[in-house]
Amino acid sequence: MMSSLTDFNRRDFIKTASALGALSFAPHAIAMGKKPPIGRVVIIGGGYAGTSAAKYIRMWSMGSIEVVVIEQSPQFISCPLSNLVLGGSQQINDLTFGYDLLKKNHGIKWVQDTVTAINTDAKKVTMQRGDITYDRLIVAPGVDFNYDSLPQLQTGDAQKQIPHAWKAGWQTVYLRQQLEAMPDGGVFVMTIPKAPYRCPPGPYERVCQVAHYLKNHKPNSKIIVLDANAEIVSKKGLFTKVWANTYSGMIDYRHDSAVVSVDVPTKTVSTEFEQVKADVLNVIPPQHAGKPAQMAGLLESDYPWCEVDFLSYESKHVRDVHVIGDSVASGLPKSAHMATSQARVCASAIVELTQGREPDPAPVFANTCYSFVDDKQAMHVANVYRYDAARKIMLSAEGGGVSLAPSEKEGAYAKAWAHNIWSDVLT
Amino acid sequence: MNKLLLNLMLISSVILPSQGKAAEDFVYADHALHTRTLAASCAACHGTQGNAVTLNAEFDATTLAGLDKAYIVQRLIDFRSGARPATVMHRHANGLSLEEINQLADYFSHQKKIKRHVPATQTLKAVHDE
Ligand SMILES: Cc1cc2nc3c(=O)[nH]c(=O)nc-3n(C[C@H](O)[C@H](O)[C@H](O)COP(=O)(O)OP(=O)(O)OC[C@H]3O[C@@H](n4cnc5c(N)ncnc54)[C@H](O)[C@@H]3O)c2cc1C
Repeated sequence: MMSSLTDFNRRDFIKTASALGALSFAPHAIAMGKKPPIGRVVIIGGGYAGTSAAKYIRMWSMGSIEVVVIEQSPQFISCPLSNLVLGGSQQINDLTFGYDLLKKNHGIKWVQDTVTAINTDAKKVTMQRGDITYDRLIVAPGVDFNYDSLPQLQTGDAQKQIPHAWKAGWQTVYLRQQLEAMPDGGVFVMTIPKAPYRCPPGPYERVCQVAHYLKNHKPNSKIIVLDANAEIVSKKGLFTKVWANTYSGMIDYRHDSAVVSVDVPTKTVSTEFEQVKADVLNVIPPQHAGKPAQMAGLLESDYPWCEVDFLSYESKHVRDVHVIGDSVASGLPKSAHMATSQARVCASAIVELTQGREPDPAPVFANTCYSFVDDKQAMHVANVYRYDAARKIMLSAEGGGVSLAPSEKEGAYAKAWAHNIWSDVLT
Repeated sequence: MNKLLLNLMLISSVILPSQGKAAEDFVYADHALHTRTLAASCAACHGTQGNAVTLNAEFDATTLAGLDKAYIVQRLIDFRSGARPATVMHRHANGLSLEEINQLADYFSHQKKIKRHVPATQTLKAVHDE
């Protein structure tokens, strides 16, 4: 149906053009929809950041910029709400989507492949199947895990036994299966890396979700949290209250407890102070900018994230290469909402720069992160961020903050948030 | 505090283009770039170009596309003052300038109302995780 309509329109265009007689080539080409693109943007990563950038560049350039997305995964699997799979109120298949509508609705060229090398002098990206050149490159690969201090966890096999589940997918499923198989009275141990890491409140939301499941199904079980940070990184007051009130006696939280080694067969973690043996062990490893960011030489020498110009998200080190999402070095939370906001500032700037115009000199955007404390109730942290021209960074505006308490109403709004962000980035 | 008084105070704290001109009469052409990215950051809850998906009438986020401009301005000002209670909108309304509130309202009032959908879910494929 769709394609015959297109054929019809196309034939119609040809007829109209010939009826008007000898037209110059250019308008004919426009009528045929064959106006050459004014530039090609290649985007590495089709997560929250990459999909948003692709869609909004196509929308705001009115289709005049060619967009090619390179994404290794055949599906989009949402990290937001994936902690609820551990709690049991969501299934991984509720969070798994295809890319077809996004590609079709916006005329985005899509390559399912893994980027293996980037040559920023030749403006060329190498994938397993071959090379592609770009006018501008957007690097949006999310986070990569740093196993330097935890080499025992580097293999796929070790990660099946001790999943991080910090990229939603099969590891989320394995961790849930392990919780289901754990006897009542078992010990769940989770370790949190030093900030910055993806999703500041995410680990504490996960503690609530696991506690919710255990409280209802295995009430004699315990949770030990080994946090490398000095204190709970996000929504501290709220999480502390929920743990004390709703999950009283279940959660043993230990701050300043960075993992120094893991024994995979016995599921034992060691910190500087102690050894802790788990029945189910979830080690969230330290993180840095995704591999493609490393390949393009975008990381700071002393800090494993990418410095950018916050007006365009262009790398501070490499021209015509932009970085968005979790890989960016900033004081901004590494969240999906933030990734989409950065993506759209970057998209808007690229559309302007490609046409020889200046981007918005003072971008402003919002961020809302919900955390679920059980199967129904959620709480927010929300802020507006404004560009500070003197310091050249994004700063949170007055008025931001967190919920007074979790509620079912906010739980419903948190679901609405997920539905709308999925609709925005995938259709 | 008296709601009308507060609104007047808020409105008079921005520089109006000319004496006696209502806040609604701003011309926002210069702000097109600023507003399109700011408005787009509302999409996480309110959908692409202000068209929220509709699933559960009671808790759907408001579709902003095509709403009356003055109505949007008033809502945001009421969230800001606390005159209208909110779960999260007071956080956003307080972070915006009055000029931005006007720009956003103008932008959303001009968007076409279209039905938006949540994409269909799929079964997770048996590929190797990272
Ligand atoms: C448990 C959990 C809960 C969370 N909850 C929330 C929440 O409620 N709200 C919220 O706002 N945020 C939440 N987050 C954070 C959010 O998931 C991230 O901030 C967001 O995914 C960042 O988007 P991104 O595009 O930078 O990275 P991603 O979404 O990870 O996308 C990166 C993409 O790049 C691809 N890629 C990487 N390397 C290559 C390569 N070499 N070649 C080709 N493709 C490649 C990957 O396959 C991936 O699809 C949560 C995160 C976790 C782990």
